[in-house]
Amino acid sequence: MDKTLPDLATAVAGIQDGMTVMIGGFGGSGAPIELIHALIDRFHATGHPRDLTVVNNNAGNGHIGLAALIEAGMVCKLICSFPRSVDPVVFTDRYLAGQIELELVPQGTLAERIRAGGAGIPAFYTPTSYGTDLAKGKPVEMFEGRPYLQERWLKADYALIKAHLGDRLGNLTYRMAARNFNPLMCMAATTTIVQVSRIMAPGSIDPEAVITPGIFVQGVVQVENPAQEETLNRANARYPQVAE
Amino acid sequence: MTPKLTPTQMAWRAAQDIADGAYVNLGIGFPEMVARFQPPGRQAIFHTENGILGFGEAPAAGQEDWDLINAGKKAVTLKPGTAFFHHADSFAMVRGGHLDVAILGAYEVAENGDLANWSTGPKGVPAVGGAMDLVHGAKRVAVITDHVTKDGKPKLLKRCNLPLTGVGCVTRIYSSLAVIDVEGGRFVLREKLPALSVDELQSMTGAELLIPAPPADLTVPEI
Repeated sequence: MDKTLPDLATAVAGIQDGMTVMIGGFGGSGAPIELIHALIDRFHATGHPRDLTVVNNNAGNGHIGLAALIEAGMVCKLICSFPRSVDPVVFTDRYLAGQIELELVPQGTLAERIRAGGAGIPAFYTPTSYGTDLAKGKPVEMFEGRPYLQERWLKADYALIKAHLGDRLGNLTYRMAARNFNPLMCMAATTTIVQVSRIMAPGSIDPEAVITPGIFVQGVVQVENPAQEETLNRANARYPQVAE
Repeated sequence: MTPKLTPTQMAWRAAQDIADGAYVNLGIGFPEMVARFQPPGRQAIFHTENGILGFGEAPAAGQEDWDLINAGKKAVTLKPGTAFFHHADSFAMVRGGHLDVAILGAYEVAENGDLANWSTGPKGVPAVGGAMDLVHGAKRVAVITDHVTKDGKPKLLKRCNLPLTGVGCVTRIYSSLAVIDVEGGRFVLREKLPALSVDELQSMTGAELLIPAPPADLTVPEI
């Protein structure tokens, strides 16, 4: 068995119009910039995929990565907790023009909904957002004298993930706080595609160090020196690059 | 003009109540400054929503590692004993009652402990982040806030007008004029600036202040 994919274009080839795609990362840390850009390349070449529902903590920053995906017009709905950043202009303009739908979810509820989706738990109760505008329409139940809100699982057709090391079986490690939503999203998608800095032979990663076991991963693609959102934005980068 | 504490001084005062070894989450913005004023001999362990416990201060410019950031997306550093974890574990720490203190900002606080700190109304792009999670689960939920708005209107009220972040969640308020506890659905005055009379303070507060014992002087160094 070998889950290695030959290149980024192959890695994103299965994503179809209308699908729900989880994209890992918290701001720029753990964001799979190269996978997102490969998806944008496919859209510019073929007109697909479009009408995507994207799940991410944020809504992109600047004009690269998730912001560029939205700017390309490929996203019809965003499920996130914090659609603001240093430079959120792409999402903000589309949202205020009514061109993109937003489902705002508290950050811990977003994480737990994704975890539940991956764990086969259709709903759970949480104290978060009880009594607020974000609780409207959700069932409430008392436990030990306190009110809790029912929240439902969140699943996706695809997850696009950034990890640090991976082996050919899909076992993954992450770098520092780039872990964030990535291990949860690996579990919650039908097909999980991961970009890693290095693909190694099985046995090269200490089993004690594996964070995401390969059972949650369908494909790995090597991106040796991945870009960082903050670095690109400090250079005012755009994707696709504007011709000189 | 009424004397009042600066945000830095409010952060200093809040830091004095954090015990050695406490696990603490500091909200984005002014509350982050609390970390700078830990009393000598005490060391708190700071939690950030994006999956770090025990991180250190900001690195020198040019030394940033953008995989090592806090919830405000600012670069931080490693310290001996730092731990990383994923987002579901991070919020298990929050909701599961494992944090000792969360210190947040506020637009409005009500005498029943309701907090409004995430939305100023229907305009613009709504964003909530981890605020609604943080107000549940920490053993103490404190806020740092100016006592009144820029227009001089009370921020401590009988009931909040703005959209709520959480219901009945705030336990202590470090304002620019006073330290006030929320107990039994009422504001209880604990400390006030010595230059301010109780009547003056009450006139700037939107709900009755209970004063079961003479309030202590709120004295903070010039920082």
